[in-house]
Amino acid sequence: MDSVRIFSLLFNFGFPLLLLMAAYLIGTYIEKRHFRRIRKREEEYRRYPVVSFDTMPDDWKVASGRLVSGSIVVSPDYFKRVIAGLRGLIGGRVRTYEPLLERARREALLRMIEAARSDGYDAVFNVRLETSRLANSRNDGNGTAGVEMLAFGTAVRFASRFASADRFASPERL
Amino acid sequence: MEISNTESIPGRRIVEFHGIVTGNTVRAKHIGRDIMAGLKNIVGGELVGYTELLQDSRTEATDRMIEQAASMGANAVVNVRFATSSISQGAAELFAYGTAVRVE
Repeated sequence: MDSVRIFSLLFNFGFPLLLLMAAYLIGTYIEKRHFRRIRKREEEYRRYPVVSFDTMPDDWKVASGRLVSGSIVVSPDYFKRVIAGLRGLIGGRVRTYEPLLERARREALLRMIEAARSDGYDAVFNVRLETSRLANSRNDGNGTAGVEMLAFGTAVRFASRFASADRFASPERL
Repeated sequence: MEISNTESIPGRRIVEFHGIVTGNTVRAKHIGRDIMAGLKNIVGGELVGYTELLQDSRTEATDRMIEQAASMGANAVVNVRFATSSISQGAAELFAYGTAVRVE
């Protein structure tokens, strides 16, 4: 009798709790690793001009341009979702979701920059960011399957290697 | 075909306007990918399958927009915008639109 009760107690509360803990540990690890990778790449591309102006700075003499984009779909882990669900009851700031959206947005930007760089473009301007929520993960209309972050802009190639974008001049270019 | 999300093609001059062109695609997610995504939903992080799916879909929407622009006799599309809407359970529409122009 006692052992049955203990077993059912374990099954009802122990398993979700274990899942919650595992999700927290693995999710946190993945997030930290992702942030490290983002910071490293951002440092690497720090000198690469990426701007959100819709008209080009006057001193940019441009030869050609093309649309480039970068995107990512991310999903919150189980722990984040439970915390956010609890937050939904009392309201306020949902801290667990903030870093998730932030790293997704920075990753999308980095992917856009990487696409522009790998095709030999010198800068990206008129950068726009968009966020969209994908379909729900459950049929009852609850649960978030994922959030997509999209970054896009116009990549340009400068007409002369030294004439433009002096303010962004990097050691490699000079 | 040249594409940009600015009001002109950098380094070119617009000589003719052909009007708005659009392209869309509606995609449902793949059951296998969905199961993987379901598992990934526990630990969080990037859903690579979905990222690829949406990228492919967006490329297709853009291609359709380009096709329409080409049929109008344009050689560039400027001021391109993207939109996403989830229209029903498990299906999403990806939509691209812009202004078809002729540049010299």
